[in-house]
Amino acid sequence: MITDFDPKTTTGIEASRIAQRDVARRDERVFAIEADLGDCWGLAFAAEFPDRYRDFGIAEASAVGAAAGLAMHGKRPVLNTFGSFAIMRAAEQVRLDICYNNVPVVIAAMFTGVAAGFSGPTHHTVEDLAIARALPNMTVLAPADAASTYQATVAALAHDGPVYIRLGVEPGKPVYSVGEPFVIGKGTVLRPGRDLTIVACGLTIVPNVLEAADRLAAQGVDVRVIDMPSIKPIDQELLIAAARETAAVITVEEHSTIGGLGGAVAEVLGEHAPVPVRMLGLPDAFSKHVCSYDDQLAAAGLDPISITTAVLAFRSTAVRVPRSRS
Amino acid sequence: MIADDPLVDLRTTALALRRHVVHLAADSPGAHVGGSMSVVEILTALYFGDVLRIDPADPAADDRDYLIFSKGHSSAAFYAALAERGFFPVAELDTYKRPGSRLAGHPHRGIPGVELATGSLGHGLPVGVGLAIAGKHDRSRYRVFVILGDGECQEGSVWEAAMAAAHYRLDNLVAIVDRNGIQEDGPTEEIMALEPFAAKWEAFGWSVRDVDGHDIGALLNAMGTLPAVDSRPTVIIARTVKGKGLSLSENTHAWHYGKLTADQKATALAELAS
Repeated sequence: MITDFDPKTTTGIEASRIAQRDVARRDERVFAIEADLGDCWGLAFAAEFPDRYRDFGIAEASAVGAAAGLAMHGKRPVLNTFGSFAIMRAAEQVRLDICYNNVPVVIAAMFTGVAAGFSGPTHHTVEDLAIARALPNMTVLAPADAASTYQATVAALAHDGPVYIRLGVEPGKPVYSVGEPFVIGKGTVLRPGRDLTIVACGLTIVPNVLEAADRLAAQGVDVRVIDMPSIKPIDQELLIAAARETAAVITVEEHSTIGGLGGAVAEVLGEHAPVPVRMLGLPDAFSKHVCSYDDQLAAAGLDPISITTAVLAFRSTAVRVPRSRS
Repeated sequence: MIADDPLVDLRTTALALRRHVVHLAADSPGAHVGGSMSVVEILTALYFGDVLRIDPADPAADDRDYLIFSKGHSSAAFYAALAERGFFPVAELDTYKRPGSRLAGHPHRGIPGVELATGSLGHGLPVGVGLAIAGKHDRSRYRVFVILGDGECQEGSVWEAAMAAAHYRLDNLVAIVDRNGIQEDGPTEEIMALEPFAAKWEAFGWSVRDVDGHDIGALLNAMGTLPAVDSRPTVIIARTVKGKGLSLSENTHAWHYGKLTADQKATALAELAS
């Protein structure tokens, strides 16, 4: 049973929490592991399952290690904390306790990207995809909206291995309907197109890309939009087909352009279907701007208008448009 | 009281483990001799003194005691104990660190009897806390034993986990610290002082047993009635000698890691003949 939620106003964090609670109702193995951020939508789980809710305080090494220990004895723990604290503060615990021992811990990574706009770089998480996907045995997910995040959490809890899920913080516009299936390793063509392919991931970003696609269509550019929530394993088949059927690929993500979705896509296409690739994402720098989430995204060129402009520029400079279609 | 005869047998077992360590340190690229020799009686008591409720024929039994060997670098002694206890053939010890062997320098879960991959220090106790919480939740009878090095206790994660263990009243968790006083760079008290060590654990909410870590009878007494105090995790501080048993390796950090020459091996085996 899916607890009813409004995908327009529900954050990724909240959707994941609802999914954790729904799965916990039918699966006694599910535990919530906290590091003093349980008040980020975790209190309903705590109230319903006090015996399966364990807060380790401000001590991420302890929390990650204990999650691994619970998983070793057959539990299905979800570690709920900020992405940077899990994957960077406790990086070696994630690498060894979870990934090397290959135990099914789900890291529900809150406050990823620059969603904590005003908070500054200590609370931005812009390197996590690069780190997480370099870890053997780790599955890496970045769903596009609340509905997808719910399903991704359910899929992660059913997966027999470590999973890192990116949850952002803002609700973002809905892309999917509640209950649509989520399959690890699969991307989704959200919009068909022949001229160029945009591959995107994550809350806020995928809706922004869809809006950019509308703007591009109005200017006669027919872009294919692929949502790629499964960064690892990535949907190679879908990417290769898109590269062969369209002239070029542009990636969009709320992550450093080093090692994230763009890197993952380029690795596949470079080997199997070389086409011009452009990566839109966050610069290789700590943000110096004290500003809102929207302004952070705009400063990085990740708002719909900037994405539209970047696609047009990429198309005009890097892509030789076949004469038969121009 | 523990009868004399079993202790004689256990001392013989300890001697056999030390001889294995000598072979492994001489016939492989090298081994962590100092920490392997100091932990021998701790492993002997746990594996051969009827402390651990384990069955090598059923190493994944749901209610087994967990032993996490957090000072994974002392694998020579750990593997010797697992082999002698029957988790894998004793002859396999000859493959230690050889190409194609599963007996890597640091333990991993592909080796029968190894619960957790260790080697990077400070990982065992947090994982042990998770296992102990699972056991409490399931009302299982199993206990979780974690063997730590003393230098390892300079890692902050050990104290994060120590705090959590007391907070969650994990009296099914037992830490055993091989307090040999010497880490890779020298004496712990010169490199980064740990004392007052027992007081630190007490302050973190643990009940402390301080024993001679080479006295098997004392170790068995400390491990025999657990928890030491209800609702509290127990730490056994086992006072040991780094490199115990060999004149060349006792009380020095020079043999924290090394490869024994043929002459050193012969001398060592002679010293461990009885």
